[in-house]
Amino acid sequence: MTPTLKTVTRSLAAGALLAGLWTAAEAADISGAGATFPYPIYAKWAEAYKAKTGIGMNYQSIGSGGGIKQIKSKTVDFGASDMPLEVKDLDDAGLVQFPMVMGGVVPVVNIKGIQPGQLRLDGTVLADIYMNKIKKWNDQAIAALNPGVTLPDRAIAVVHRSDGSGTTFIFADYLSKVSAEWKAKVGANTSVEWPIGLGGKGNEGVAALTGRTDGAIGYVEYAYVKQNKQLIYALMKNKDGEYVRPESVAFQAAAANADWAKAPGYNVLLTDQPGNASWPISGATFILMYKKQDKPETAKQVLDFFAWAYKSGGQLAESLDYVPMPAKVVDLVEATWKREIKTPNGQPVWSGPAS
Amino acid sequence: MADFALTRRFAGRSSIADAAFKASTWCFAVLVLVLLGAVIIALIDGALMALERFGPSFVITETWNPVRETFGGRAPMLGTLITSAIAMLFGIPISFGIAVFLTQLCPVWARRPLGVGIELLAGIPSIIYGIWGLFVLAPYMQAHVQPLLIDTLGALPLIGPLFAGPPLGIGMLTAGFILGIMVLPFIASIMRDVFDTVPSMLKESAYGLGATTWEVVWNVVLPYTRVGVVGGIMLGLGRALGETMAVTFVIGNAHHLSVSLLAPGTTISAALANEFTEAVEDIYQSSLIALGLILFVITLIVLSAAKYMLIRLQSRTGT
Repeated sequence: MTPTLKTVTRSLAAGALLAGLWTAAEAADISGAGATFPYPIYAKWAEAYKAKTGIGMNYQSIGSGGGIKQIKSKTVDFGASDMPLEVKDLDDAGLVQFPMVMGGVVPVVNIKGIQPGQLRLDGTVLADIYMNKIKKWNDQAIAALNPGVTLPDRAIAVVHRSDGSGTTFIFADYLSKVSAEWKAKVGANTSVEWPIGLGGKGNEGVAALTGRTDGAIGYVEYAYVKQNKQLIYALMKNKDGEYVRPESVAFQAAAANADWAKAPGYNVLLTDQPGNASWPISGATFILMYKKQDKPETAKQVLDFFAWAYKSGGQLAESLDYVPMPAKVVDLVEATWKREIKTPNGQPVWSGPAS
Repeated sequence: MADFALTRRFAGRSSIADAAFKASTWCFAVLVLVLLGAVIIALIDGALMALERFGPSFVITETWNPVRETFGGRAPMLGTLITSAIAMLFGIPISFGIAVFLTQLCPVWARRPLGVGIELLAGIPSIIYGIWGLFVLAPYMQAHVQPLLIDTLGALPLIGPLFAGPPLGIGMLTAGFILGIMVLPFIASIMRDVFDTVPSMLKESAYGLGATTWEVVWNVVLPYTRVGVVGGIMLGLGRALGETMAVTFVIGNAHHLSVSLLAPGTTISAALANEFTEAVEDIYQSSLIALGLILFVITLIVLSAAKYMLIRLQSRTGT
């Protein structure tokens, strides 16, 4: 063996050893993958949790589709999806699903002379605009909702997300609930076949196109409206007939009024929920885990992390303009963990918050 | 005697080293083929589900409906070809002009800074082009270029419909324009390099016969460098076909095709970048991979055609 070869072999061996050590250190951490929408808050929680307990959490924001694939192939401890899985799919795969954190979707417009919160819209009008049935801002249907507001005789430019997104899913789901025609013709998914409009990439793309095009309407995540004061949001009429402002309390009201207990797999979409304070276009993002856990210790760590996030992560979530789950829902979810997530010999993995 | 031993030792060593070197370069070369093969297999494997479900109609239908899970790739396919064609339409003449100026007309002191400037254009990441396109170029197109096009070219018969519709700022034309700017440095710098290889004697002879600069470029420089020029153009086209981020920002991402170049459209790579992350259903993912396979095939066809053209050119001129 030449000296060079020897050196190479030696360093390779050292590298392998190091890699081995590294994996050993990693094994203490928990891992998850999926939706991009909750990534900032999951990352923030992971950081705070690591500082407190020393247990790290690796979250790869590869998209909901990737998250579902990864949890099904068991390469991660939990998957995350913006769109809840159907109960049948959950049962087939042996998965449990629960909501982790919420957000809301807000329609934004660009009409000369209209201030944030001045324009009022309802579901039917919004659906008709996105189906190109209402073409101008001074249309009768819009004027009827906005007495005293002068709306221009200008064509409506419809803007939507071009990338697959949980935001689009929540928005399209709301339109499906309030408009039978939307449900029949378009439906709801992370991306849909839009009857009309321009696609912008991401919230920033939609905001840029809406902000630039006179007469435009688009939809963005609540956090985006809160951080960009120049975006002109509209008030929405909810199921109880009240016009509500997009605010944290309005999203929480929607979650609190939703009937989670009766929905298997927490397959509740927070759109068009009852309650006079509920924002009609709200939604949660979900976590997926196996019912039967081959590695109960890891599963317990994962659940401990989520329990901590429910209990102590609310403020962090609000600082990033996410909406924490209401206590009522958290209790239900924790009961589900105790009931459904089991070790191979049938014991519950998680029996209550770590003291 | 000692000399002889030394030589033998060197000879022995070098033959082993040579063999090892040869074998390893072989491996690297084969690795390329293996990777290419693996990519093709992975694409076909991933696309199989969509191709089985939709068959050949996948390339001719326009419906792209993730809710009902019916997919057709016509809009992104044609969008890719159209935006690349627009890019070439802008890119080739401008690159040609740049190369001619730099090699034939430019004062010597300005050559270097201009040349470096053009090469720097190639170093700008495509996301920067996308952001620039969305925030700077698109509003400009919307306010000035597109209304002008609609009023002038849009009123003409035959080509009128190509420039009809409201000025949205973003769309196929803007995307093609951005692509044109992005391929400029590639085509221009290759053209410049090959134009520089033309022997001065050839050019001087032509000038001596009374040829103008244009005649020298068109009749002497271009025929001499044909192969390199075509190669540069193909490199640019390859980049335009596969460009993702910049296009995604400015094309409008609509899965239907309009006659008007001002209308929003989509390309294969833009559709992939937009939709892959949240494509949950298997058939949805498979359809996206099928689009990827189509892009691969398009690129392969373009490159093979280029190679074929080069061979034809070479055999005709006998060089």
